[in-house]
Amino acid sequence: MNGFMFKVEKFFDILLNKGGYKEVIEGLQNTMIIAVVGLLIGIVIGTLIATVRVMPKYKAAVRVLDKFCSFYVGLFRGTPMVVQLLVFYYVMLPLLDIKMSSVLVAITVFGLNSGAYISEIMRGGILSVDPGQMEGGRSVGLSYGTTMLKIVIPQAVKNILPTMGNEFIALVKETSVVSFVGAKDLYLAFQSIGSGTYEFMVPYLAMAIIYIVIVCLITLLIRVMERRLAKSDRGR
Amino acid sequence: MIEVVNLCKSFGDNHVLKNITTTIKKGEKVVIIGPSGSGKSTFLRCLNCMEDPTSGSIIFGGENIADPKVNINVHRQKMGMVFQHFNLFNNKTVLENIMMAPVYVATKKLKKQKRDNLLIKLHLKKGTPVSVNGSVHEIKAQARDKAIELLKRIGLEDKADSYPSSLSGGQKQRVAIIRSLAMDPDVILFDEPTSALDPEMVGEVLELMKDLADQGMTMVVVTHEMGFAKEVGTRILFMDEGRILEEGKPEEFFVNPQTERSKDFLSKVLI
Ligand SMILES: Nc1ncnc2c1ncn2[C@@H]1O[C@H](COP(=O)(O)OP(=O)(O)OP(=O)(O)O)[C@@H](O)[C@H]1O
Ligand SMILES: [Mg+2]
Repeated sequence: MNGFMFKVEKFFDILLNKGGYKEVIEGLQNTMIIAVVGLLIGIVIGTLIATVRVMPKYKAAVRVLDKFCSFYVGLFRGTPMVVQLLVFYYVMLPLLDIKMSSVLVAITVFGLNSGAYISEIMRGGILSVDPGQMEGGRSVGLSYGTTMLKIVIPQAVKNILPTMGNEFIALVKETSVVSFVGAKDLYLAFQSIGSGTYEFMVPYLAMAIIYIVIVCLITLLIRVMERRLAKSDRGR
Repeated sequence: MIEVVNLCKSFGDNHVLKNITTTIKKGEKVVIIGPSGSGKSTFLRCLNCMEDPTSGSIIFGGENIADPKVNINVHRQKMGMVFQHFNLFNNKTVLENIMMAPVYVATKKLKKQKRDNLLIKLHLKKGTPVSVNGSVHEIKAQARDKAIELLKRIGLEDKADSYPSSLSGGQKQRVAIIRSLAMDPDVILFDEPTSALDPEMVGEVLELMKDLADQGMTMVVVTHEMGFAKEVGTRILFMDEGRILEEGKPEEFFVNPQTERSKDFLSKVLI
């Protein structure tokens, strides 16, 4: 027990007096930026794909788009995130001769990846909305797109909010692999603190606690949002 | 008003509508009756292309709206529809439900005018700029006034800020009816508007529909309410197996049905 307390003291010494906190803050920032911006990009991509996939398939153009979308979803759901990161960073970028920071690469890949997952969640959400809602909108002369955006998707989002919360939590957790392409996330911050003294026990424990706290906060946030959105169900 | 020519509709191998031709004139109250599965709803839904006709034409506002190239949205604004299950927007308040389409249409028009004027100014388009009057703010204020007025008409102005889920079935249906009225439609299509209601709420909805009828609204109504058909209808269409088997004035049709099928049907519904 004494040994553990000593390790804790040493950890806090590095963290507070030797600038370790700067690394942790940077790591935390990057982790959250990658997860949050990735989620936002994912929501946009996912909503677009879901809309294409539930569209009536009269037109050839829609059918082609639909095929492309299902290929995209299959591709990103069928390979591990790490593989996608590595391929994007070490294969795509050099081939296309593009320079991009590690964090930006991580954001892009997380966005593309979560877009595939969110599209499936969103599609389920859209299909769970009573088809009468679309008919109601169309019957007063609103276009398919407007009805989708203003009437159907808001209701779909309400239905899938818990699932979306899980997706966000999954994204936060998955950010721990972005160090594969050199992005400085929480993991890399604590790893670097630990490697200064070859003492990893306390740093990794602290890292675990931070992840748990983040996840709890997100869960709380989603509860609050759910409660707000539920108001149109209860009426007044 | 609406001219239906050789309308056919099939779902796969199921030929639901077989060569229907009829004309709905301004001010008419056409009541469609017939056994379950005879294609009444399908016929009604073809009139505003909620179901795309398989063949034939629907002439409305001088255009064949069955043609996929026609912008159906513009025509639907003039052709209200009331559903069995109301189909109010659950995520919008009563007031927003009513205001939504009018605001959308007027805003779209305003934006187009502004865009056109800009293009003309930049000499990218020929023509003279039209004077743009109003702003989105004014459009909303106007639509709100009108919506409140309509709500007062059905005595539900205190529900303006409620969500549909807090209304009774009868209230929902009356709101749905004035939602379609907010667009000043030329005709309103009703698909069994009272079938999903508790019996004590049927009256209030039929009352409002009679009101509309008295004011000269053109109406096409699919219903099982024979009392309403007799009292309000100006023409009865009796449908069976995808055809209009018989049609006539209610006083003739109900007293003296011509076909076996219609006699049989009436003997079942008029106890
Ligand atoms: N979207 C659809 N897809 C496939 N078949 C359909 C569809 N809509 C209707 N049908 C079929 O078309 C036929 C006519 O249906 P429709 O709803 O028009 O009848 P209806 O006269 O309105 O009957 P009801 O009085 O029960 O409402 C039925 O056989 C029905 O199964
Ligand atoms: Mg029907």
